[in-house]
Amino acid sequence: MDPILELRRVTFGYGRTPVLQQIDLHLHPGQFACVVGPSGAGKTSLLRLALGVLQPNQGEILIAGRTLNGRPAPRVAYVPQVETIDWSFPVTVEQVALMGHVRRRSPWPWPDRKTRNAVRDVLERLQIGDLRKQHIRNLSGGQQQRVFLARALVARPDLLVLDEPTSGVDMQTAEKMLHMLLDLNYEGMTILMTTHDLNMAAAHVPWSICLNQRIIAQGKTTDIFTSEILTETYRGEMQVIRHDGQLLIHQKPHHHRLSDVVIDPVLGHETGAAENGEEEGTGDENEPAAYRTISV
Amino acid sequence: MSQLLIEPFQFEFFRNGVMAAVLAGALCGLIGVYIVLRGMSYIGHGLSHAIFGGAVVAYVMQWNFYLGAGLWGFIAALLINQTARKTEINADAAIGVITTASFAVGVALISRYRSFTRSFDAALFGNILGVTRADVWVIAGVCLMVAVAVFFAYRQLLFTTFDAEVARVYGIRTPWIDALFALLLAATLIAALQILGVTLIAAALVIPPITARLLSDSFNRIILLSTAMGAATGFIGIYLSYFIDVASGATIVLAQASLFVIVLTITALQKRAQRRLVHTHVG
Repeated sequence: MDPILELRRVTFGYGRTPVLQQIDLHLHPGQFACVVGPSGAGKTSLLRLALGVLQPNQGEILIAGRTLNGRPAPRVAYVPQVETIDWSFPVTVEQVALMGHVRRRSPWPWPDRKTRNAVRDVLERLQIGDLRKQHIRNLSGGQQQRVFLARALVARPDLLVLDEPTSGVDMQTAEKMLHMLLDLNYEGMTILMTTHDLNMAAAHVPWSICLNQRIIAQGKTTDIFTSEILTETYRGEMQVIRHDGQLLIHQKPHHHRLSDVVIDPVLGHETGAAENGEEEGTGDENEPAAYRTISV
Repeated sequence: MSQLLIEPFQFEFFRNGVMAAVLAGALCGLIGVYIVLRGMSYIGHGLSHAIFGGAVVAYVMQWNFYLGAGLWGFIAALLINQTARKTEINADAAIGVITTASFAVGVALISRYRSFTRSFDAALFGNILGVTRADVWVIAGVCLMVAVAVFFAYRQLLFTTFDAEVARVYGIRTPWIDALFALLLAATLIAALQILGVTLIAAALVIPPITARLLSDSFNRIILLSTAMGAATGFIGIYLSYFIDVASGATIVLAQASLFVIVLTITALQKRAQRRLVHTHVG
Protein backbone atom coordinates (compact mmCIF):
# COMPACT_ATOMS: atom_id res chain seq x y z
CA MET A 1 0.00 0.00 0.00
CA ASP A 2 1.35 3.44 -0.94
CA PRO A 3 1.82 5.87 1.94
CA ILE A 4 -0.71 8.69 2.19
CA LEU A 5 2.04 10.99 3.47
CA GLU A 6 5.69 10.66 2.69
CA LEU A 7 8.61 12.91 3.60
CA ARG A 8 11.87 12.05 1.87
CA ARG A 9 15.11 13.44 3.32
CA VAL A 10 13.36 16.69 4.21
CA THR A 11 15.43 19.50 5.67
CA PHE A 12 13.85 22.78 6.73
CA GLY A 13 14.94 25.93 8.52
CA TYR A 14 13.93 29.52 9.09
CA GLY A 15 16.77 31.53 7.56
CA ARG A 16 20.01 29.89 8.62
CA THR A 17 18.52 28.27 11.71
CA PRO A 18 17.86 24.60 11.02
CA VAL A 19 14.58 23.32 12.41
CA LEU A 20 14.31 19.89 10.84
CA GLN A 21 17.08 17.78 9.37
CA GLN A 22 16.93 14.76 7.09
CA ILE A 23 13.38 13.75 7.97
CA ASP A 24 12.20 10.46 6.50
CA LEU A 25 8.62 9.69 7.36
CA HIS A 26 5.88 7.45 6.01
CA LEU A 27 2.27 7.43 7.07
CA HIS A 28 0.05 4.77 5.56
CA PRO A 29 -3.74 4.91 5.12
CA GLY A 30 -5.49 4.02 8.34
CA GLN A 31 -2.58 4.87 10.62
CA PHE A 32 -2.94 6.97 13.75
CA ALA A 33 0.36 8.61 14.67
CA CYS A 34 1.51 11.34 16.98
CA VAL A 35 4.64 13.43 16.95
CA VAL A 36 6.20 14.05 20.35
CA GLY A 37 9.17 16.15 21.34
CA PRO A 38 10.13 19.15 23.43
CA SER A 39 9.15 22.73 22.61
CA GLY A 40 11.18 23.91 19.63
CA ALA A 41 11.70 20.36 18.35
CA GLY A 42 10.01 21.23 15.06
CA LYS A 43 6.66 19.46 15.58
CA THR A 44 4.46 22.24 14.22
CA SER A 45 6.92 22.92 11.38
CA LEU A 46 6.69 19.24 10.44
CA LEU A 47 2.89 19.47 10.29
CA ARG A 48 3.01 22.70 8.27
CA LEU A 49 5.40 21.08 5.81
CA ALA A 50 3.04 18.12 5.45
CA LEU A 51 0.16 20.55 4.79
CA GLY A 52 2.07 22.41 2.10
CA VAL A 53 2.08 25.66 4.08
CA LEU A 54 5.89 25.57 4.34
CA GLN A 55 8.28 24.40 1.68
CA PRO A 56 11.33 22.30 2.50
CA ASN A 57 14.85 23.58 1.82
CA GLN A 58 15.76 20.10 0.68
CA GLY A 59 13.91 16.88 0.11
CA GLU A 60 10.47 16.00 -1.15
CA ILE A 61 6.98 15.77 0.34
CA LEU A 62 4.35 13.57 -1.25
CA ILE A 63 0.65 13.28 -0.46
CA ALA A 64 -0.96 10.14 -1.90
CA GLY A 65 2.05 9.75 -4.22
CA ARG A 66 1.94 13.33 -5.57
CA THR A 67 4.66 15.87 -4.85
CA LEU A 68 3.31 19.01 -3.19
CA ASN A 69 5.66 21.55 -4.83
CA GLY A 70 4.28 24.43 -2.78
CA ARG A 71 0.65 23.55 -3.50
CA PRO A 72 -1.75 22.93 -0.61
CA ALA A 73 -2.16 19.25 0.19
CA PRO A 74 -5.32 17.79 -1.36
CA ARG A 75 -7.88 15.89 0.76
CA VAL A 76 -6.14 16.94 3.94
CA ALA A 77 -7.89 18.74 6.79
CA TYR A 78 -6.20 20.60 9.59
CA VAL A 79 -7.17 21.40 13.16
CA PRO A 80 -4.89 24.23 14.37
CA GLN A 81 -3.86 24.94 17.93
CA VAL A 82 -6.69 26.75 19.72
CA GLU A 83 -4.23 29.42 20.80
CA THR A 84 -3.99 30.59 17.19
CA ILE A 85 -7.75 31.20 16.80
CA ASP A 86 -9.23 34.70 16.90
CA TRP A 87 -12.05 34.02 19.39
CA SER A 88 -13.60 37.45 18.99
CA PHE A 89 -14.23 36.87 15.27
CA PRO A 90 -18.00 37.06 14.68
CA VAL A 91 -18.76 33.49 13.62
CA THR A 92 -21.06 30.83 14.99
CA VAL A 93 -20.28 27.14 15.47
CA GLU A 94 -22.22 26.29 12.30
CA GLN A 95 -20.40 28.92 10.22
CA VAL A 96 -17.02 27.53 11.27
CA ALA A 97 -18.10 23.98 10.46
CA LEU A 98 -19.40 25.14 7.07
CA MET A 99 -15.93 26.48 6.22
CA GLY A 100 -14.92 22.84 5.82
CA HIS A 101 -17.15 22.74 2.75
CA VAL A 102 -15.24 25.46 0.96
CA ARG A 103 -13.82 23.07 -1.64
CA ARG A 104 -17.37 22.37 -2.81
CA ARG A 105 -17.71 23.57 -6.38
CA SER A 106 -20.82 25.70 -6.37
CA PRO A 107 -21.23 29.27 -7.60
CA TRP A 108 -23.66 30.08 -4.79
CA PRO A 109 -22.26 31.21 -1.47
CA TRP A 110 -24.92 29.60 0.71
CA PRO A 111 -24.96 25.87 1.49
CA ASP A 112 -27.67 23.63 0.06
CA ARG A 113 -29.90 21.44 2.22
CA LYS A 114 -27.65 18.41 1.75
CA THR A 115 -24.60 20.33 2.97
CA ARG A 116 -26.48 21.74 5.96
CA ASN A 117 -27.65 18.26 6.92
CA ALA A 118 -24.13 16.87 6.57
CA VAL A 119 -22.80 19.65 8.83
CA ARG A 120 -25.56 19.03 11.39
CA ASP A 121 -24.75 15.31 11.41
CA VAL A 122 -21.10 16.04 12.14
CA LEU A 123 -22.00 18.52 14.90
CA GLU A 124 -24.43 16.01 16.44
CA ARG A 125 -21.82 13.30 16.32
CA LEU A 126 -19.37 15.54 18.17
CA GLN A 127 -22.12 16.41 20.68
CA ILE A 128 -22.22 20.11 19.84
CA GLY A 129 -25.34 20.02 17.64
CA ASP A 130 -27.38 22.14 20.04
CA LEU A 131 -24.65 24.80 20.09
CA ARG A 132 -24.63 25.47 16.36
CA LYS A 133 -26.03 29.00 16.63
CA GLN A 134 -23.67 29.93 19.47
CA HIS A 135 -20.73 32.27 19.00
CA ILE A 136 -17.45 30.32 19.26
CA ARG A 137 -16.27 32.48 22.17
CA ASN A 138 -19.14 31.25 24.36
CA LEU A 139 -17.99 27.60 24.37
CA SER A 140 -15.87 25.63 26.81
CA GLY A 141 -12.33 24.56 25.84
CA GLY A 142 -13.41 21.04 24.87
CA GLN A 143 -16.35 22.32 22.82
CA GLN A 144 -14.10 24.80 21.02
CA GLN A 145 -11.73 21.97 20.05
CA ARG A 146 -14.67 19.97 18.72
CA VAL A 147 -15.87 22.88 16.56
CA PHE A 148 -12.57 22.86 14.67
CA LEU A 149 -12.61 19.08 14.49
CA ALA A 150 -16.11 19.38 13.01
CA ARG A 151 -14.81 21.77 10.34
CA ALA A 152 -12.12 19.24 9.46
CA LEU A 153 -14.59 16.33 9.30
CA VAL A 154 -17.01 18.29 7.11
CA ALA A 155 -14.19 18.46 4.55
CA ARG A 156 -14.24 14.61 4.48
CA PRO A 157 -10.45 14.32 4.36
CA ASP A 158 -8.28 11.27 3.79
CA LEU A 159 -5.71 12.64 6.20
CA LEU A 160 -6.57 14.54 9.37
CA VAL A 161 -3.79 16.66 10.87
CA LEU A 162 -4.15 18.10 14.37
CA ASP A 163 -1.77 20.41 16.21
CA GLU A 164 -1.96 19.90 19.98
CA PRO A 165 -5.65 18.92 20.02
CA THR A 166 -5.63 18.38 23.78
CA SER A 167 -3.76 21.46 24.91
CA GLY A 168 -5.48 23.67 27.45
CA VAL A 169 -8.22 21.21 28.40
CA ASP A 170 -8.65 19.03 31.48
CA MET A 171 -7.81 15.32 31.54
CA GLN A 172 -11.39 14.12 31.05
CA THR A 173 -11.98 16.42 28.07
CA ALA A 174 -8.64 15.40 26.55
CA GLU A 175 -9.57 11.73 26.95
CA LYS A 176 -12.96 12.29 25.29
CA MET A 177 -11.20 14.01 22.40
CA LEU A 178 -8.80 11.11 22.00
CA HIS A 179 -11.66 8.62 22.04
CA MET A 180 -13.36 10.56 19.26
CA LEU A 181 -10.17 10.48 17.23
CA LEU A 182 -9.78 6.75 17.86
CA ASP A 183 -13.36 6.17 16.68
CA LEU A 184 -12.57 8.07 13.48
CA ASN A 185 -9.40 6.06 13.05
CA TYR A 186 -11.30 2.77 13.47
CA GLU A 187 -13.54 3.97 10.64
CA GLY A 188 -10.45 4.26 8.43
CA MET A 189 -9.31 7.88 8.74
CA THR A 190 -5.57 8.49 8.81
CA ILE A 191 -4.58 10.80 11.64
CA LEU A 192 -1.39 12.68 12.40
CA MET A 193 -1.19 14.86 15.49
CA THR A 194 1.30 16.51 17.80
CA THR A 195 1.13 16.39 21.55
CA HIS A 196 3.07 17.26 24.67
CA ASP A 197 1.17 14.71 26.74
CA LEU A 198 3.29 11.57 26.64
CA ASN A 199 1.03 9.56 28.95
CA MET A 200 -1.97 10.27 26.79
CA ALA A 201 -0.02 9.27 23.69
CA ALA A 202 1.13 6.09 25.44
CA ALA A 203 -2.44 5.20 26.41
CA HIS A 204 -4.22 5.97 23.13
CA VAL A 205 -2.00 6.47 20.11
CA PRO A 206 -0.66 3.31 18.47
CA TRP A 207 2.21 4.89 16.49
CA SER A 208 4.61 7.61 17.60
CA ILE A 209 7.41 9.69 16.16
CA CYS A 210 9.98 11.07 18.60
CA LEU A 211 11.31 14.30 17.14
CA ASN A 212 13.94 16.76 18.13
CA GLN A 213 15.06 18.47 14.92
CA ARG A 214 15.64 14.96 13.55
CA ILE A 215 13.69 11.81 14.04
CA ILE A 216 15.07 10.06 17.11
CA ALA A 217 12.75 7.06 16.72
CA GLN A 218 9.48 6.08 15.12
CA GLY A 219 7.43 2.98 15.64
CA LYS A 220 4.81 1.43 17.88
CA THR A 221 4.34 3.69 20.88
CA THR A 222 4.77 0.78 23.30
CA ASP A 223 8.09 -0.10 21.66
CA ILE A 224 9.71 3.30 21.36
CA PHE A 225 8.58 4.96 24.58
CA THR A 226 11.62 3.86 26.53
CA SER A 227 13.69 5.84 29.00
CA GLU A 228 16.64 5.91 26.59
CA ILE A 229 14.70 7.19 23.57
CA LEU A 230 12.65 9.74 25.52
CA THR A 231 15.74 10.94 27.38
CA GLU A 232 17.49 11.47 24.04
CA THR A 233 14.41 13.17 22.57
CA TYR A 234 13.88 15.55 25.48
CA ARG A 235 17.58 15.89 26.34
CA GLY A 236 16.76 15.36 29.97
CA GLU A 237 16.15 12.38 32.19
CA MET A 238 12.81 10.64 31.55
CA GLN A 239 11.61 7.59 33.44
CA VAL A 240 9.25 5.06 31.89
CA ILE A 241 7.39 2.64 34.14
CA ARG A 242 5.83 -0.42 32.53
CA HIS A 243 3.09 -2.07 34.50
CA ASP A 244 0.49 -4.58 33.42
CA GLY A 245 0.96 -3.72 29.73
CA GLN A 246 0.63 -0.01 30.38
CA LEU A 247 3.19 2.77 30.20
CA LEU A 248 3.65 5.59 32.63
CA ILE A 249 6.08 8.35 31.77
CA HIS A 250 7.29 9.68 35.05
CA GLN A 251 9.02 12.97 35.68
CA LYS A 252 12.03 12.90 37.93
CA PRO A 253 11.06 14.64 41.16
CA HIS A 254 13.03 17.56 42.53
CA HIS A 255 15.64 16.61 45.14
CA HIS A 256 13.53 18.32 47.81
CA ARG A 257 10.54 16.21 48.72
CA LEU A 258 7.21 17.97 48.21
CA SER A 259 6.25 17.08 51.76
CA ASP A 260 9.18 19.19 52.91
CA VAL A 261 7.62 22.41 51.71
CA VAL A 262 3.85 21.90 51.47
CA ILE A 263 1.85 23.71 54.11
CA ASP A 264 -1.86 23.40 54.57
CA PRO A 265 -3.42 26.84 54.23
CA VAL A 266 -6.86 25.71 55.44
CA LEU A 267 -5.99 23.76 58.53
CA GLY A 268 -3.22 26.17 59.35
CA HIS A 269 -0.54 23.65 60.18
CA GLU A 270 2.55 22.50 58.41
CA THR A 271 2.89 19.03 57.04
CA GLY A 272 5.91 16.89 56.42
CA ALA A 273 9.40 17.69 57.54
CA ALA A 274 8.74 21.01 59.22
CA GLU A 275 5.95 19.50 61.29
CA ASN A 276 8.21 16.67 62.33
CA GLY A 277 10.77 19.09 63.59
CA GLU A 278 13.27 18.25 60.89
CA GLU A 279 13.31 21.82 59.56
CA GLU A 280 12.80 25.11 61.24
CA GLY A 281 10.35 27.84 60.33
CA THR A 282 11.85 31.27 59.85
CA GLY A 283 8.71 33.25 60.65
CA ASP A 284 7.21 34.50 63.88
CA GLU A 285 6.21 31.60 66.12
CA ASN A 286 2.88 33.33 66.93
CA GLU A 287 2.05 33.71 63.28
CA PRO A 288 -0.31 31.06 61.82
CA ALA A 289 1.77 28.29 60.26
CA ALA A 290 0.07 28.79 56.92
CA TYR A 291 1.81 32.14 56.50
CA ARG A 292 5.21 31.13 57.74
CA THR A 293 8.10 30.59 55.39
CA ILE A 294 9.62 27.19 55.75
CA SER A 295 13.31 27.08 55.04
CA VAL A 296 14.40 23.95 53.29
CA MET B 1 -40.45 73.24 7.39
CA SER B 2 -40.95 70.42 4.88
CA GLN B 3 -40.23 72.94 2.13
CA LEU B 4 -36.91 73.66 3.79
CA LEU B 5 -36.06 69.97 4.01
CA ILE B 6 -36.73 69.24 0.36
CA GLU B 7 -35.21 72.49 -0.84
CA PRO B 8 -31.72 71.11 -1.50
CA PHE B 9 -33.10 68.43 -3.84
CA GLN B 10 -33.93 71.05 -6.45
CA PHE B 11 -30.22 71.38 -7.16
CA GLU B 12 -28.68 68.75 -9.39
CA PHE B 13 -25.32 68.90 -7.60
CA PHE B 14 -27.10 67.97 -4.34
CA ARG B 15 -29.02 65.10 -5.91
CA ASN B 16 -25.74 63.80 -7.33
CA GLY B 17 -24.06 64.34 -3.98
CA VAL B 18 -26.77 62.46 -2.05
CA MET B 19 -26.66 59.49 -4.43
CA ALA B 20 -22.87 59.42 -4.34
CA ALA B 21 -22.73 59.72 -0.53
CA VAL B 22 -25.29 56.96 0.06
CA LEU B 23 -23.52 54.62 -2.36
CA ALA B 24 -20.03 55.49 -1.08
CA GLY B 25 -21.16 55.08 2.54
CA ALA B 26 -22.68 51.68 1.83
CA LEU B 27 -19.60 50.62 -0.11
CA CYS B 28 -17.21 51.65 2.68
CA GLY B 29 -19.47 49.96 5.26
CA LEU B 30 -19.42 46.70 3.32
CA ILE B 31 -15.71 46.49 2.51
CA GLY B 32 -14.86 47.92 5.95
CA VAL B 33 -16.12 44.76 7.68
CA TYR B 34 -13.35 42.74 6.03
CA ILE B 35 -10.76 45.45 6.74
CA VAL B 36 -11.59 45.60 10.46
CA LEU B 37 -11.71 41.81 10.84
CA ARG B 38 -8.38 41.44 9.03
CA GLY B 39 -6.87 43.77 11.64
CA MET B 40 -5.99 46.32 8.94
CA SER B 41 -8.02 49.31 10.11
CA TYR B 42 -5.17 51.63 9.23
CA ILE B 43 -5.11 50.49 5.58
CA GLY B 44 -7.91 52.84 4.53
CA HIS B 45 -6.01 55.79 5.86
CA GLY B 46 -2.73 54.71 4.29
CA LEU B 47 -4.10 53.57 0.97
CA SER B 48 -6.11 56.74 0.44
CA HIS B 49 -2.83 58.66 0.80
CA ALA B 50 -1.18 56.28 -1.65
CA ILE B 51 -4.01 56.89 -4.08
CA PHE B 52 -3.54 60.63 -3.67
CA GLY B 53 0.02 60.08 -4.90
CA GLY B 54 -1.35 58.05 -7.80
CA ALA B 55 -3.88 60.75 -8.61
CA VAL B 56 -1.13 63.36 -8.88
CA VAL B 57 0.95 61.04 -11.06
CA ALA B 58 -2.10 60.43 -13.28
CA TYR B 59 -2.63 64.17 -13.56
CA VAL B 60 0.99 64.92 -14.42
CA MET B 61 1.15 62.07 -16.93
CA GLN B 62 -2.26 63.08 -18.29
CA TRP B 63 -3.72 59.63 -17.69
CA ASN B 64 -7.33 58.98 -16.85
CA PHE B 65 -7.76 59.75 -13.12
CA TYR B 66 -9.70 56.58 -12.26
CA LEU B 67 -7.34 54.34 -14.18
CA GLY B 68 -4.10 55.90 -12.93
CA ALA B 69 -5.09 56.31 -9.30
CA GLY B 70 -6.92 52.95 -9.25
CA LEU B 71 -3.94 51.04 -10.62
CA TRP B 72 -1.64 52.82 -8.18
CA GLY B 73 -3.91 51.93 -5.27
CA PHE B 74 -4.27 48.31 -6.39
CA ILE B 75 -0.50 47.85 -6.59
CA ALA B 76 0.00 49.51 -3.19
CA ALA B 77 -2.68 47.26 -1.60
CA LEU B 78 -1.09 44.16 -3.13
CA LEU B 79 2.35 45.18 -1.90
CA ILE B 80 1.00 45.76 1.62
CA ASN B 81 -0.72 42.35 1.66
CA GLN B 82 2.30 40.49 0.39
CA THR B 83 4.74 42.33 2.67
CA ALA B 84 2.56 41.56 5.70
CA ARG B 85 2.01 37.91 4.78
CA LYS B 86 5.44 36.95 3.52
CA THR B 87 7.85 38.91 5.68
CA GLU B 88 8.35 39.53 9.38
CA ILE B 89 6.96 43.06 8.92
CA ASN B 90 3.53 43.68 10.50
CA ALA B 91 0.61 44.94 8.42
CA ASP B 92 0.61 48.37 10.11
CA ALA B 93 4.34 48.86 9.45
CA ALA B 94 3.93 47.73 5.82
CA ILE B 95 1.05 50.18 5.40
CA GLY B 96 3.17 52.94 6.94
CA VAL B 97 6.12 52.39 4.62
CA ILE B 98 4.35 51.76 1.32
CA THR B 99 1.60 54.33 1.53
CA THR B 100 3.65 57.22 2.91
CA ALA B 101 6.25 56.62 0.20
CA SER B 102 3.48 56.75 -2.37
CA PHE B 103 2.03 59.93 -0.81
CA ALA B 104 5.51 61.45 -0.85
CA VAL B 105 5.68 60.87 -4.62
CA GLY B 106 2.51 62.93 -4.97
CA VAL B 107 3.82 65.72 -2.74
CA ALA B 108 7.15 65.75 -4.61
CA LEU B 109 5.37 66.05 -7.94
CA ILE B 110 3.15 68.87 -6.67
CA SER B 111 6.18 70.86 -5.48
CA ARG B 112 8.06 70.13 -8.70
CA TYR B 113 5.21 71.19 -11.02
CA ARG B 114 4.04 74.33 -9.29
CA SER B 115 1.99 75.25 -12.33
CA PHE B 116 -0.89 73.13 -10.96
CA THR B 117 -4.20 74.79 -11.52
CA ARG B 118 -6.23 71.95 -10.07
CA SER B 119 -7.24 72.13 -6.43
CA PHE B 120 -6.60 69.02 -4.39
CA ASP B 121 -8.65 70.31 -1.44
CA ALA B 122 -11.62 68.27 -2.59
CA ALA B 123 -9.49 65.14 -2.74
CA LEU B 124 -8.20 65.81 0.77
CA PHE B 125 -11.46 66.70 2.56
CA GLY B 126 -14.28 65.73 0.20
CA ASN B 127 -16.62 68.05 -1.61
CA ILE B 128 -20.08 67.32 -2.99
CA LEU B 129 -19.96 70.31 -5.30
CA GLY B 130 -17.56 68.50 -7.56
CA VAL B 131 -19.70 65.36 -7.95
CA THR B 132 -21.01 64.98 -11.47
CA ARG B 133 -23.56 62.51 -12.83
CA ALA B 134 -20.63 60.62 -14.40
CA ASP B 135 -19.05 60.27 -10.92
CA VAL B 136 -22.32 58.85 -9.61
CA TRP B 137 -22.31 56.25 -12.36
CA VAL B 138 -18.72 55.33 -11.56
CA ILE B 139 -19.58 54.90 -7.85
CA ALA B 140 -22.67 52.85 -8.75
CA GLY B 141 -20.55 50.66 -11.03
CA VAL B 142 -17.98 50.08 -8.28
CA CYS B 143 -20.80 49.29 -5.83
CA LEU B 144 -22.18 46.69 -8.18
CA MET B 145 -18.75 45.18 -8.81
CA VAL B 146 -17.94 44.94 -5.08
CA ALA B 147 -21.39 43.54 -4.21
CA VAL B 148 -21.15 40.85 -6.89
CA ALA B 149 -17.58 39.93 -5.90
CA VAL B 150 -18.42 39.77 -2.17
CA PHE B 151 -21.51 37.67 -2.94
CA PHE B 152 -19.80 35.07 -5.10
CA ALA B 153 -16.54 34.94 -3.13
CA TYR B 154 -18.37 35.04 0.21
CA ARG B 155 -17.13 31.67 1.52
CA GLN B 156 -13.55 32.24 0.38
CA LEU B 157 -13.41 35.80 1.73
CA LEU B 158 -14.86 34.74 5.08
CA PHE B 159 -12.45 31.83 5.54
CA THR B 160 -9.42 33.86 4.39
CA THR B 161 -10.36 36.72 6.73
CA PHE B 162 -10.86 34.30 9.64
CA ASP B 163 -7.62 32.35 9.18
CA ALA B 164 -5.67 32.80 5.93
CA GLU B 165 -3.13 30.05 6.57
CA VAL B 166 -5.71 27.38 7.36
CA ALA B 167 -7.89 28.57 4.47
CA ARG B 168 -5.02 27.73 2.14
CA VAL B 169 -4.81 24.23 3.60
CA TYR B 170 -8.51 23.78 2.83
CA GLY B 171 -7.87 24.56 -0.83
CA ILE B 172 -8.59 28.29 -1.08
CA ARG B 173 -6.19 30.13 -3.38
CA THR B 174 -5.48 32.80 -0.82
CA PRO B 175 -3.11 34.85 -3.02
CA TRP B 176 -5.94 35.26 -5.53
CA ILE B 177 -8.40 36.17 -2.80
CA ASP B 178 -5.91 38.73 -1.45
CA ALA B 179 -5.48 40.17 -4.95
CA LEU B 180 -9.25 40.35 -5.41
CA PHE B 181 -9.60 42.09 -2.06
CA ALA B 182 -6.85 44.58 -2.95
CA LEU B 183 -8.67 45.37 -6.19
CA LEU B 184 -12.01 45.86 -4.43
CA LEU B 185 -10.42 48.06 -1.79
CA ALA B 186 -8.62 50.24 -4.32
CA ALA B 187 -11.82 50.61 -6.35
CA THR B 188 -13.79 51.53 -3.19
CA LEU B 189 -11.30 54.19 -2.19
CA ILE B 190 -11.22 55.72 -5.66
CA ALA B 191 -15.01 55.80 -5.76
CA ALA B 192 -15.37 57.34 -2.30
CA LEU B 193 -12.47 59.79 -2.54
CA GLN B 194 -14.47 62.66 -4.02
CA ILE B 195 -17.14 62.49 -1.32
CA LEU B 196 -15.12 61.66 1.78
CA GLY B 197 -11.64 62.89 0.98
CA VAL B 198 -8.28 61.28 1.62
CA THR B 199 -8.08 62.35 5.23
CA LEU B 200 -11.50 61.09 6.34
CA ILE B 201 -12.05 57.96 4.28
CA ALA B 202 -10.43 55.69 6.88
CA ALA B 203 -13.13 56.58 9.40
CA ALA B 204 -15.88 55.68 6.94
CA LEU B 205 -14.23 52.28 6.48
CA VAL B 206 -13.86 51.57 10.19
CA ILE B 207 -16.73 53.22 12.12
CA PRO B 208 -19.76 51.43 10.55
CA PRO B 209 -18.23 47.92 10.96
CA ILE B 210 -17.23 48.46 14.58
CA THR B 211 -20.64 49.94 15.36
CA ALA B 212 -22.29 46.90 13.74
CA ARG B 213 -19.93 44.61 15.68
CA LEU B 214 -21.26 46.09 18.92
CA LEU B 215 -24.75 45.04 17.88
CA SER B 216 -24.18 41.51 16.62
CA ASP B 217 -22.02 38.39 16.85
CA SER B 218 -23.19 37.16 13.45
CA PHE B 219 -20.94 37.83 10.47
CA ASN B 220 -23.86 38.05 8.01
CA ARG B 221 -25.77 40.48 10.21
CA ILE B 222 -22.66 42.63 10.67
CA ILE B 223 -22.25 42.85 6.89
CA LEU B 224 -25.87 43.99 6.47
CA LEU B 225 -25.85 46.39 9.42
CA SER B 226 -22.54 47.98 8.48
CA THR B 227 -23.65 48.52 4.87
CA ALA B 228 -26.98 50.00 6.00
CA MET B 229 -25.30 52.28 8.56
CA GLY B 230 -22.78 53.45 5.96
CA ALA B 231 -25.61 54.36 3.56
CA ALA B 232 -27.75 56.04 6.25
CA THR B 233 -24.91 58.12 7.67
CA GLY B 234 -23.87 59.04 4.12
CA PHE B 235 -27.34 60.49 3.60
CA ILE B 236 -27.46 62.27 6.97
CA GLY B 237 -23.93 63.60 6.54
CA ILE B 238 -24.49 65.07 3.10
CA TYR B 239 -27.72 66.68 4.27
CA LEU B 240 -25.94 68.30 7.20
CA SER B 241 -23.15 69.37 4.89
CA TYR B 242 -25.62 71.38 2.85
CA PHE B 243 -27.27 73.12 5.78
CA ILE B 244 -24.23 73.91 7.89
CA ASP B 245 -21.89 74.51 4.96
CA VAL B 246 -19.15 72.12 6.06
CA ALA B 247 -17.06 69.70 3.95
CA SER B 248 -19.11 66.57 3.19
CA GLY B 249 -16.41 64.15 4.39
CA ALA B 250 -16.43 65.75 7.84
CA THR B 251 -20.21 65.68 8.27
CA ILE B 252 -20.48 62.05 7.14
CA VAL B 253 -17.76 60.95 9.54
CA LEU B 254 -19.32 63.02 12.37
CA ALA B 255 -22.68 61.35 11.73
CA GLN B 256 -20.97 57.93 11.90
CA ALA B 257 -19.06 58.84 15.05
CA SER B 258 -22.28 60.06 16.73
CA LEU B 259 -24.03 56.79 15.85
CA PHE B 260 -21.08 54.85 17.25
CA VAL B 261 -21.21 56.76 20.55
CA ILE B 262 -24.99 56.19 20.83
CA VAL B 263 -24.69 52.44 20.15
CA LEU B 264 -21.69 52.12 22.46
CA THR B 265 -23.60 53.84 25.30
CA ILE B 266 -26.75 51.74 24.80
CA THR B 267 -24.88 48.41 24.60
CA ALA B 268 -22.77 49.32 27.65
CA LEU B 269 -25.90 50.14 29.64
CA GLN B 270 -27.56 46.90 28.50
CA LYS B 271 -24.54 44.85 29.60
CA ARG B 272 -24.53 46.62 32.94
CA ALA B 273 -28.23 45.85 33.41
CA GLN B 274 -27.65 42.19 32.51
CA ARG B 275 -24.77 41.92 34.99
CA ARG B 276 -26.96 43.44 37.68
CA LEU B 277 -29.74 40.95 36.87
CA VAL B 278 -27.33 38.01 37.14
CA HIS B 279 -25.97 39.41 40.39
CA THR B 280 -29.51 39.75 41.81
CA HIS B 281 -30.36 36.15 40.83
CA VAL B 282 -27.14 34.78 42.30
CA GLY B 283 -27.58 36.86 45.43
